[in-house]
Amino acid sequence: MVTRRMFIVSGIVASGGLAIGYALMPYTTLGRARKIAGKPDASMLTTWVRIGTDNSVTVIVPHSEMGQGVHTSLPMMLAEELDADWSLVRMEQAPADMAFANVGLARGFLRGDKSIPGVLSGPADFTFRKIAELMNLQLTGGSTSVRFTGVDGMRRTGAAARAMLIKAAAQKWSVPELEIVARQSKLTHASGKSATYGEMATAAAELDVPSNVQLKRKSDYTIVGRPIKRFDIPSKVDGSARFGVDLRLPNMSFAVVAASPVFGGKLKSVDEAPAKSMRGVRQIVKLPDAVAVVADNTWRANQALMALRPEWDEGPNAATSSASIFAAMDAALDAGKFKSDFSIGNVDAALKDARKVIGHAYRVPYLAHATMETMNCTAHFDNGKLTIWGGFQDGLGARAKAAKFAGIPIDDVTLNHTAMGGGFGRRGSTLNYLQHAIGVARQVQGPVQLVFTREEDMTQDYYRHGSVSRMNAALDDKGKVTAWLHQFTEKFDPPEATMVNYDFANQASRYVKGLNPIPWGPWRSVDHTQMGFFIESFVDELAHEARQDPFEFRRAHLSAAPRHKAVLELAASMAGWDKRPAAGQARGIALREAFGTIVAQVAEVALTKDGRVRVLNIWSAVDPGEVVNPATFTAQIQGGAVYGLTAALYGEITIAKGRVMQRNFTEYDMVRMGDVPRHEVRFIESGAPTGGAGEPGTAPIAAAVGNAIFALTGQRIRELPFKNFDLKTGTRIAAL
Amino acid sequence: MISLTVNGAKHEVDVEENMPLLWVLRDVLNLTGTKYGCGVAVCGACTVLIEGAAVRSCSLPAGLVSGKSITTIEGLSAGGALHKVQQAWIDAQAPQCGYCQSGQIMAAVALLSDKPKPTDDEIDSVMTNICRCGSYAQVRAAIHAAAGT
Repeated sequence: MVTRRMFIVSGIVASGGLAIGYALMPYTTLGRARKIAGKPDASMLTTWVRIGTDNSVTVIVPHSEMGQGVHTSLPMMLAEELDADWSLVRMEQAPADMAFANVGLARGFLRGDKSIPGVLSGPADFTFRKIAELMNLQLTGGSTSVRFTGVDGMRRTGAAARAMLIKAAAQKWSVPELEIVARQSKLTHASGKSATYGEMATAAAELDVPSNVQLKRKSDYTIVGRPIKRFDIPSKVDGSARFGVDLRLPNMSFAVVAASPVFGGKLKSVDEAPAKSMRGVRQIVKLPDAVAVVADNTWRANQALMALRPEWDEGPNAATSSASIFAAMDAALDAGKFKSDFSIGNVDAALKDARKVIGHAYRVPYLAHATMETMNCTAHFDNGKLTIWGGFQDGLGARAKAAKFAGIPIDDVTLNHTAMGGGFGRRGSTLNYLQHAIGVARQVQGPVQLVFTREEDMTQDYYRHGSVSRMNAALDDKGKVTAWLHQFTEKFDPPEATMVNYDFANQASRYVKGLNPIPWGPWRSVDHTQMGFFIESFVDELAHEARQDPFEFRRAHLSAAPRHKAVLELAASMAGWDKRPAAGQARGIALREAFGTIVAQVAEVALTKDGRVRVLNIWSAVDPGEVVNPATFTAQIQGGAVYGLTAALYGEITIAKGRVMQRNFTEYDMVRMGDVPRHEVRFIESGAPTGGAGEPGTAPIAAAVGNAIFALTGQRIRELPFKNFDLKTGTRIAAL
Repeated sequence: MISLTVNGAKHEVDVEENMPLLWVLRDVLNLTGTKYGCGVAVCGACTVLIEGAAVRSCSLPAGLVSGKSITTIEGLSAGGALHKVQQAWIDAQAPQCGYCQSGQIMAAVALLSDKPKPTDDEIDSVMTNICRCGSYAQVRAAIHAAAGT
């Protein structure tokens, strides 16, 4: 079977071997890194670590902190291998420079055990062929930070720095390296000689960086695996953390923008008069697809913007609606011109010969990201050079795009990272706010902070795309699945999202593309958000058809997947699956592998008086291979489930006349404290290659809840969100 | 001119009476710890205390709070020592991205001054702030820890 991943790897090797060779050669960028991030009273031993004469250890992290704890967990991995004293460890975010690109990702990718996550590039220009672009990564997305940069970057670089310190001490003391003990940022020798890392750092930095290093055994860990407190939290409880929207610069203006409400529309004309004389207004800026008001504060800019009545050339999407989009998807599935996703055995023959075939269609709507900090960017043109400030999931990628938007060389663009009020894929490669900020800044004197209002943020997103799925399966008389055929619309990333881990004999997965006329992009857990619901709901249907318990049915189909089986069994045991739920309650179970991490979730639900679902408990069993920081990992699984629960219960973006109909949280509701179930998380550290943390918790939850609703009411809801249904009768109560 | 007392300090600000307090704090007084989330008082990111009560400042005209005592997140730890709620937030490692947490903390401070030992139901009904990261379990734990419950 030729997999997509194999194709990707061979394609890259064929076209870009030299670039990979360069980028993967260890530490070729160290000279440049030292120039950029060096300090007079400290030595950079490798690209990612600087040791001060005061014995401080600064870990330079190429990823963005979005609350997932990566600014702490990556330093933990480096400090572990360095044998550093944790109390001396600090963190610094790497500048958006090639010297700090995400080499670990490329290395794992070349080895073939890692796939490039789709978040690094929008679907429109997602391309595997430009190897140079792949190397240009500082991507924070696709749950890549720990499993790529951490495993292949931080860990090795920490061990390399430790080896260099030992070698420097051995030379100075004229003793064999093997006799030197490095522990708690201190080097000691049986003769009584000792030095701190800080005292030996200058000499160590003169040495070559070793390319082969011995990594520690897990049993020797003293930092990794502990619930270390995050570096960024104190600034987030006293208001001192500076998010993009908090930046204040001398002579800064504030701008708000209104883009064409119809996707793809252009600005035809706008009468500036109503806004021009309003208090605080400095400028009205016309862009090809938008109009912006620049003022002395955000509120005045928005008051003036609301006074404008721009006229739009609405373009080809003026009649697009959710109904027309889903009708086109259904028509494309009917037409049956599929691309093959994967195929095992002969599914068509197996379905034809089957005694019992079950088939159902599922669908999910568009979703907005709705980060709490709306999209924003501060930009300043000065003498042909551009400086930008903001929260970006891929600093290098954003810098490259900024150069493209501004039409200037990348060397003339400086990007400054700020804290980020939520990412979830929105702040990766989908950068309309950056484009607008640059468009405004080039017409304005001094720096300008462009902020999306919540309404602009919700109506100008790159949405989790709507999708339709049709599944067919055959069961034999022992209740074993003999055929699995999944046909659906749109495939993006990651590759494993469409796969099933069950030992179904004949499988095929097929899709049609190009059916989303409105902008779309990665959304926490990407294709798993749809596929988790489609696949794990339908598997539940098969269990019911086979008259088997949903847990036992899954378990019986995991003969070739021992890790998945162990995770499933743990979740069932945590939930007390073998005991009856209380009266009026029921449980559902779902299992997914997402971003290298296997998660099984059990949801326990009840119905409210008005027929809405209330999720009372979630139990998650998680095998990520290893856990770097159990506190942050637990929070990520819980938070990921909340994100997915919002989508399952409430999330729906609808399109009418080419426009998004939901403009604020009043119409696009969120799970809040009162909706949040108790959620217990337990880990299995199987020692398999390290998996992601930020996204796996989102993948199974909608199916787990839907399966619980079925167990409670006998109604199978094949469409999200659940709020659109009377769950007692299964009838749709909201208009399509 | 509007006279505002923020975190104990008096400010005379030359703004419109109907300018929401949020934007006066953020864009005029540069107190950016109070956040914009929705502009329509449904998400709670902009929560501040007015005379000790939690209020969503995005929808509160500044002219209405002239002379009243306004406390923002920056004023909570006045004197250098963290408020017990802030400390509980650190101990529980509650924030993820952190953007909503100023509002969550201010809402929790008001809740605890009203009900020093809140039940889970009371927490549910008062803490209606939105957190997209899903830090609710840690926020609940932090409130209980601060309350000693």
